[in-house]
Amino acid sequence: MRVALIGQPNCGKSTLFNQVAGYKAETGNFSGTTVTYTESRVRVGGEVIELVDLPGAYTLAGLSPAEREAARYLNSRDVDVIINVADSTHLASALDLTLELLLLNKPLILSLNMMDDAARSGLRIDGEGLSCELGIPVMPLIASKGRGVKQLFLKALELGRSKNGHRKNIEPNSDAAQRHLLAGALANRFVTRGERRLTWRDQLDDVLLHPVWGYAILLLVLYLFFQAVYGIGKLVEPPVLAFFDALTKSLLAPLAKGSFLFEILLGIMQGVAAGVAIVLPYLTPFLFGLGLLEDIGYLPRVAFMMDALMHRIGLHGKAIVPFILGYGCNVPAVMSTRTLEEPRDRYLAAALATLVPCAARLAVVFGLVAFYLGPVAAFVLYLFNLVVIALVGRVLSKLMPEDTPGLILEMPTYRVPTLKNVTSKVWFRVREFIVEAWPALIVGSAVLATLNFFHVAGIFDLLVRPITWMLGLPSKVGVPLIFGILRKELSLVMLSQALGSTNFASMLTITQMVVYATFVMFYIPCLATLAALRRELGTRAMLVIAALTIVVALAASLLVRIVALIL
Amino acid sequence: MRLSDAPLNKIVKVIGVEESNLQLKLSQYGLFKGDCLRVIRSAPLDGPLLIEVNGRTFALGRRVAKKVLVEEVSCESH
Repeated sequence: MRVALIGQPNCGKSTLFNQVAGYKAETGNFSGTTVTYTESRVRVGGEVIELVDLPGAYTLAGLSPAEREAARYLNSRDVDVIINVADSTHLASALDLTLELLLLNKPLILSLNMMDDAARSGLRIDGEGLSCELGIPVMPLIASKGRGVKQLFLKALELGRSKNGHRKNIEPNSDAAQRHLLAGALANRFVTRGERRLTWRDQLDDVLLHPVWGYAILLLVLYLFFQAVYGIGKLVEPPVLAFFDALTKSLLAPLAKGSFLFEILLGIMQGVAAGVAIVLPYLTPFLFGLGLLEDIGYLPRVAFMMDALMHRIGLHGKAIVPFILGYGCNVPAVMSTRTLEEPRDRYLAAALATLVPCAARLAVVFGLVAFYLGPVAAFVLYLFNLVVIALVGRVLSKLMPEDTPGLILEMPTYRVPTLKNVTSKVWFRVREFIVEAWPALIVGSAVLATLNFFHVAGIFDLLVRPITWMLGLPSKVGVPLIFGILRKELSLVMLSQALGSTNFASMLTITQMVVYATFVMFYIPCLATLAALRRELGTRAMLVIAALTIVVALAASLLVRIVALIL
Repeated sequence: MRLSDAPLNKIVKVIGVEESNLQLKLSQYGLFKGDCLRVIRSAPLDGPLLIEVNGRTFALGRRVAKKVLVEEVSCESH
């Protein structure tokens, strides 16, 4: 049996999905976290069902690719039961979609999610009355706390077995405006508005969206976030690194120095150590902080505040989501451009998002610049990155004139993040690093050790010598730069391998470190991001964007070099 | 009156949208002609407006708001 979850953006579909399927779908308190469908087999009441989490859609006739994906799935696949997840606090608009789903004439359940929020806002919903009127089961749910989940799925099972469509008390209407009127009328009839208690949630926006304080707080939040990531990373990195150094020494002690086995093992150990000691200490707190901000619902507020500024780079505030996701990883950032309606916006947002330093490049910046020059230097480099992105955006938007009306974005209510959800989210992404990136780091490091042993690494170095020469970098950094295209972490890990030391200060001057970090920050996104670009925008766009990043990287790091020379 | 000129915290009713494309798009977010809404916040420097409609809050870019025509009325549902 196949059960599909569908609902308007940010109604908690993925939260419900994760409650039954384990943490498999990304969640966040803003529209459009889910851009493609996730399927999972789950066991309900002794039966295995295929559960599908579809991207949020205000309507099945939506224009954004994420919405089209949802509609396509419902039309093409054999779905036995549709669970329409609705945010009970906005029942009037949620019913728009419910009434549209009636048109599909498939077994349908309306699941009223966030009943706790509704109660807090003084809303009382007559679920039975609504169920009679619509002719479909209506079930209460608090997905975030797991309440009502079991009953909901037992109901779905029952409905799927009986294969009954809905009783036609309401004639499905194919006109959207008519449905909207009916939805409003239904909501008026079955929702009683009680006394609305003003909560901190209502007052929070007065501060966070304040024309002056809002921006000050935004800067403060970003600064504290940065300091926290740096503080934790710096605390953890040295002892772990020391541990691995000692471990490597004792492991390699019985081997003859300079032998092939010695060099390979050394390479492997450097890869292992880099993953645990250099990447994870920064990646984990970063993902934790990002997860917190996502679940609180702060990101759409950032979009609201940044809209005016984003217009100056030819985009609107909604494109801030790919940007912010980009700091975690460019792949979801590129994928999240699907929530933008216009192809031109998607292209521009994707191109600019690949210039955002992801967590892997963060490791390079922190491992080199912050570690040796202090956190302020890293912060300045991040600001410089923003300036460059703004400039590139301006130039690109001149080439691709804007014809879109601009921002339309729903502001979710603030929610208190649950530790469980945030930690599962962090684990979801850290696991990805451990499973996919870390082995690549280790293999890459071993491959480089082999290349070094047979003295063939020089060929790679020679290939990119024009670039390294222009930037005043030692030719040996050519290999880490090339391998950095595979995984960005490699450009740091293999740097230690190429230079033969993890103490970068002894091998590179300060200027060289900053220039190198700047170049790594901008040049060709990693292979996974390139693949995502190709999937979303096509091969040509991918090549153009990759070429663009090289030009930008060269210009930016040359500028840094010149400034450093003058200083 | 254009939505961008609507006074803060006054309930207004949508009477039209200047571009049919935009009208379609807004309707996909559940915003139709005849809906009553309230501007609750306006970002500085020609930034977006925050509006409340049917109990939901939306940010609308200034250029979007300029194309939405509204009139001041007393709406029953509010």
